[in-house]
Amino acid sequence: MPVAGVDVGSVAAKAVILDEISLTPLGAAVLPTGWNPREAGEKALAAASADAGNVAPRFVAATGYGRVSLPFADKVVTEISCHAAGAVHLFPETGVVLDIGGQDSKVISTDPDGSVQDFLMNDKCAAGTGRFLQVLSGILDMDLPALGEAAAHGKPAAISSMCAVFAETEIIGLLARGVPPADVAAGVFLSIARRMRSLASRIPMRGQCTFTGGLAMSPAFRNLLAAELGVPVNVPPQPQLAGALGAALLAARISRK
Amino acid sequence: MPFKSLETFNTVTDRNVLALQEAKAAGRKVVGQYCIYSPLEIALAAGAIPVSLCGTKNDSIAIAESMLPRSLCPLVKSSFGFALQDSCPYLAASDIVVADATCDGKKKMYELLNDYKPVVLLQLPQIQNEDAALYWRGQFAGLVARLEKEFSVSISREKLLDAVRLTNRLRRALKGVLDLARRKPSPLSGMDILSLCFRASFMPDYEQCIALLDDIAREIANAASAEAQTECPRILLTGVPTGMGSHKVVQLLETCGARVVCIDNCTCYKKVLLQMDETRDPLSELADRYLATHCSVMSPNPHRYEVLEALARDFQVDAVVDLTWQGCQTYDVESWSVKKFVREKLSLPFLQIVTDYSETDTEQLKVRIEAFLEMLA
Ligand code: SF4
Ligand code: SF4
Repeated sequence: MPVAGVDVGSVAAKAVILDEISLTPLGAAVLPTGWNPREAGEKALAAASADAGNVAPRFVAATGYGRVSLPFADKVVTEISCHAAGAVHLFPETGVVLDIGGQDSKVISTDPDGSVQDFLMNDKCAAGTGRFLQVLSGILDMDLPALGEAAAHGKPAAISSMCAVFAETEIIGLLARGVPPADVAAGVFLSIARRMRSLASRIPMRGQCTFTGGLAMSPAFRNLLAAELGVPVNVPPQPQLAGALGAALLAARISRK
Repeated sequence: MPFKSLETFNTVTDRNVLALQEAKAAGRKVVGQYCIYSPLEIALAAGAIPVSLCGTKNDSIAIAESMLPRSLCPLVKSSFGFALQDSCPYLAASDIVVADATCDGKKKMYELLNDYKPVVLLQLPQIQNEDAALYWRGQFAGLVARLEKEFSVSISREKLLDAVRLTNRLRRALKGVLDLARRKPSPLSGMDILSLCFRASFMPDYEQCIALLDDIAREIANAASAEAQTECPRILLTGVPTGMGSHKVVQLLETCGARVVCIDNCTCYKKVLLQMDETRDPLSELADRYLATHCSVMSPNPHRYEVLEALARDFQVDAVVDLTWQGCQTYDVESWSVKKFVREKLSLPFLQIVTDYSETDTEQLKVRIEAFLEMLA
């Protein structure tokens, strides 16, 4: 029987369909969240079900910021538990999961069975999250691949602001002084990676490190993060789906009972 | 709320402000106090009514930020904001304010407060040993002299002893209620505990307060564990003070499915630990006991760990949550040692939450708390 995990984040809504017993992926979908998280979740689930050959999942677990707005969810789970379960399923040697989402970043220490042992999240502010990159992408008018391309070649400019709002002013100031956009992009990438490193330093490093979330799609960023952490980093083929996959795995666990 | 005695308590304490104003009109003096280190007994022995002034509301913070740095702890800003906008009836009723030099933010704020209210600042030592206790006794003796002069009264040893006997009874009564939560499942929610302690701290009539608390303890002790509640994870909350208005973390923990069974802070359970020996010289006893309070301004702060261990055992908790107000350096730094202690010595899961009084991070806090509870499951 198919089961589903739906992850409605601040930027994108993701869904994954799994076979409840074999845990083989049957279908998946990613759509922009837009302003209506409920509709986005419904559409992502419908698209993933279609991708799986028009199946009707018998159990749906929901996660992400929009998790409570989905009336069709049989179970609601936080993204912390889901990213942990997803990452350990994809890379069984995982001991630490790093996730950079649209609004927050987290470091999760996991057990071999995919459950959470400890976790840390960034406080209140958006520094060091995907939101920070959105600001940059707006100012430079480049998308994530283009930013990554630029950052890989730039000489990191110093960005001192911790806050996304102040950083915006700072970035505009740097550009006005003639600092090349590639250097600014490299500077922002470096500052996000360093914030992540300092968050990670508060959790004991053991096992392998797995990096999930949309930002993991940028090869430039994950190289930088691995260099900053000083350890290799696993990245799943579709890192933005790790949360939805984790939700689907938890759905399978519950539905099998 | 299912208990009749609790409802009665709420109805009576709804009238706290009125009762205080009536007492004042009848000639009683009022002493406002900010911190648990300020002794209730000296104000009582002076014939005055001590009331709590600790700032717990978000809406007085904006005006405070017109003078104080934004990065300061919300408790300090909230307390000062009430003075600036003259919106706290208890502060307005206070003839004099007793404050303690505890953390840096507070003691500098009290310097500014002096322009709005007469402030007696007690110089709190930040270590707990004999020299410090002797010095602290000197500060208390100074307070005795000051209140005698301000209120034209004399504070005898007998009056101090009477006050000690009265607060001992009050604290035993409060402990009787708070200890009901040791039962599994606990008949009281964390919000009940918080609201009860908060309301009691403004009650002018101590005898009435004791009688009401005794009624609550009696009614709930005799009530069979009526509703067959499913057992929720039992949380020991430790850290900074909380009251109505700064209750959001207690509320979030409970809406996410936990039960806060004990609140180890100076607005709740720390109060009931202040049991005085009635046979000793009252000023020395007061100085010793108050100084032993395990606030993070003490360095070192060994009693914090002893108390945590005892409370975790007595209340049979499943996890410890440490609450820190943003900008509070002492609790924030100490959280590292508390985490180590809770995980390694008590073998319990631990979560620190750093936040302020506003609602802006509710969603993020929910994720954090829910994930923590999922971890316990
Ligand atoms: S936490 Fe410490 S400084 Fe703050 S009110 Fe309590 S005893 Fe006073
Ligand atoms: S919470 Fe911390 S910073 Fe705030 S008043 Fe208490 S000790 Fe001071």
